[in-house]
Amino acid sequence: MSGKGIHIEGLKKRYGEGDTAVHALKGVNMQVAPGEVVGLIGPSGSGKSTLLKCLGAVIDPTAGRMVLGDEVIFDNGWKVRDLGALRRDKIGFVFQAPYLIPFLDVTDNVALLPMLAGIPNGEARAKALELLTALDVQHRARAMPSQLSGGEQQRVAIARGLVNRPPVILADEPTAPLDSERAMAVIRILNDMARQFETAIIVVTHDEKIIPTFKRIYHIRDGVTHEEAGEGRGFE
Amino acid sequence: MISLAGRDILHSWGKFVFTGVGLGLLIGVTLSMAGIYRGMVDDAKVMLDNTGADLWVVQQGTQGPYAESSSLYDDLYRSLLAMPGVEYAANVTYLIMQVGHGEQDVSTMVVGVTAGKPGTPGQPRNLVAGRHITRSHYEAVADITSGFQLGERIRIRRNLYTVVGLSKRTVSYNGDPMVFIPIKDAQEAQFLKDNDSLVQQRRRNAENPAFNRAGIPDLLAVVNASQSANTYVNAVLVKLKPGTLPEDAAEPIRRWKRLQVYTRTQMESILMDKVIAKSARQIALFLVILSIVSAAIVAFIIYTLTLGKIREIAVLKLIGTKNRTIAGMIMQQSLALGVIGFVVGKITATFWVPIFPKYVLLEPLDSVAGFFAVLTICALASLVAIRMALKVDPAEAIGG
Repeated sequence: MSGKGIHIEGLKKRYGEGDTAVHALKGVNMQVAPGEVVGLIGPSGSGKSTLLKCLGAVIDPTAGRMVLGDEVIFDNGWKVRDLGALRRDKIGFVFQAPYLIPFLDVTDNVALLPMLAGIPNGEARAKALELLTALDVQHRARAMPSQLSGGEQQRVAIARGLVNRPPVILADEPTAPLDSERAMAVIRILNDMARQFETAIIVVTHDEKIIPTFKRIYHIRDGVTHEEAGEGRGFE
Repeated sequence: MISLAGRDILHSWGKFVFTGVGLGLLIGVTLSMAGIYRGMVDDAKVMLDNTGADLWVVQQGTQGPYAESSSLYDDLYRSLLAMPGVEYAANVTYLIMQVGHGEQDVSTMVVGVTAGKPGTPGQPRNLVAGRHITRSHYEAVADITSGFQLGERIRIRRNLYTVVGLSKRTVSYNGDPMVFIPIKDAQEAQFLKDNDSLVQQRRRNAENPAFNRAGIPDLLAVVNASQSANTYVNAVLVKLKPGTLPEDAAEPIRRWKRLQVYTRTQMESILMDKVIAKSARQIALFLVILSIVSAAIVAFIIYTLTLGKIREIAVLKLIGTKNRTIAGMIMQQSLALGVIGFVVGKITATFWVPIFPKYVLLEPLDSVAGFFAVLTICALASLVAIRMALKVDPAEAIGG
């Protein structure tokens, strides 16, 4: 299980060297507790994507410290050898577009992660079905991604992000392609799942409709984050 | 773990099958080329087998009778019969001729053989209809691929021959059907001049004072007669007594008869290394080119298919899929394409081989070797796509 969510201290990222160096992150501090959903907002070029990539262990931060659950994963250098396994087991991803694997059906799209982690196919599919049921898309379990609506695809993508019970989920503009009603439904699901699975969820968004739903928001500007309280409205 | 490659193939099976069929036709051509080479080799070996000879006695200093011309006196076989280890010796001549069949000519190798008892070297083997040549003149046995029918009368030079027998797989080294006729007829046919030439030759002889001497009136007639007759054959085929080693029998003939003698192994080597070598090299080059083209096509197809899955590969890498799983997926797809291609190629080659004008021999072992060659080529061809897939940055899935 998750433990203590995610804790980030003084995270820096610099691209290039010398006079041409770009300091994309200048010391980011964040703390997201298990079961909590926070918003990460900021204008284009503020460093949101860089932060997401650092948190997702996709690019190497220059300095700082990241603790995921009980494990220090970065302390001025990666503390885990297999970043692929880290992403598979400890970090869930939900993208702007669902990016489901088109040649796998809904169940196998979700079950793929536990299968990659070495869990037997039957057990992995059972876990996937459990999540699909929780997200109310179990009736499309045998469908191919191309046969799903946009909202259904996004729910399957959320199920995929959650299936290995990661301590943290990084959601990159998860409501961008959806209308207000479906966007609210997705945010409600993320909040429900965060509570149910004790997962810390960071939602990167520009979506004005959903920003008022967050209880806490991190603004990022020029590579620095500022925390503020959100409105924490309901989802209706 | 599920097979990602298998699922992708099932999902877009139409694309794979049609691509596999295209590749299969190319593989079919490649297999056919190999079959043509095997057919050439087999034709040459069958020709040697059909002679029933253990030794070929030819003119000294030549590599006859197939790779070079060779002339021997036609009574030489008698003295060879007296050599140690020799059981039978029979004259043989070979002529490449166009024999008329209906309105078309059939390219044949006319073989002059000694009519004799069964086992005489040179006699056609594998009779499928009719009988052997029993008369000394105007009978023929033809290979069934010549199209001649039993009882048909065929013209060779000025004479008509009745087809009394049909044989199977009696072909020359270049695949032409053989037509067997009596040796005397073949000798005559080999150097038979037309009437105009004979008249011209006789006039020249008459005008030559060395031949037309007043005191020797029969000399001119003798010279004319000797120039019209052919007492030569191309080779003498020798069959050895059981237990005699070919080289043991060949050496005394070389030494005492001052003739060139080839054993079966040596004659096969002459055919392979000299007669069909250039054609074989040409086909080998075709095989290499076709293999390279096949590899390039597979590489291009797999590269294109992988290029279309860059986003999925980025997602797979982001969610922690190991590089070897992604590489395995691409390689399995490439191998599957190869398997589809090979099956299609083997089936098409089997169907179109009978309509080839030349004998095409598809050896089972060649097919097995071809199958593994296809798999190897496909595995190598997938490396370009694998290299590209492994370079995909998982960050591409996040965007920004």
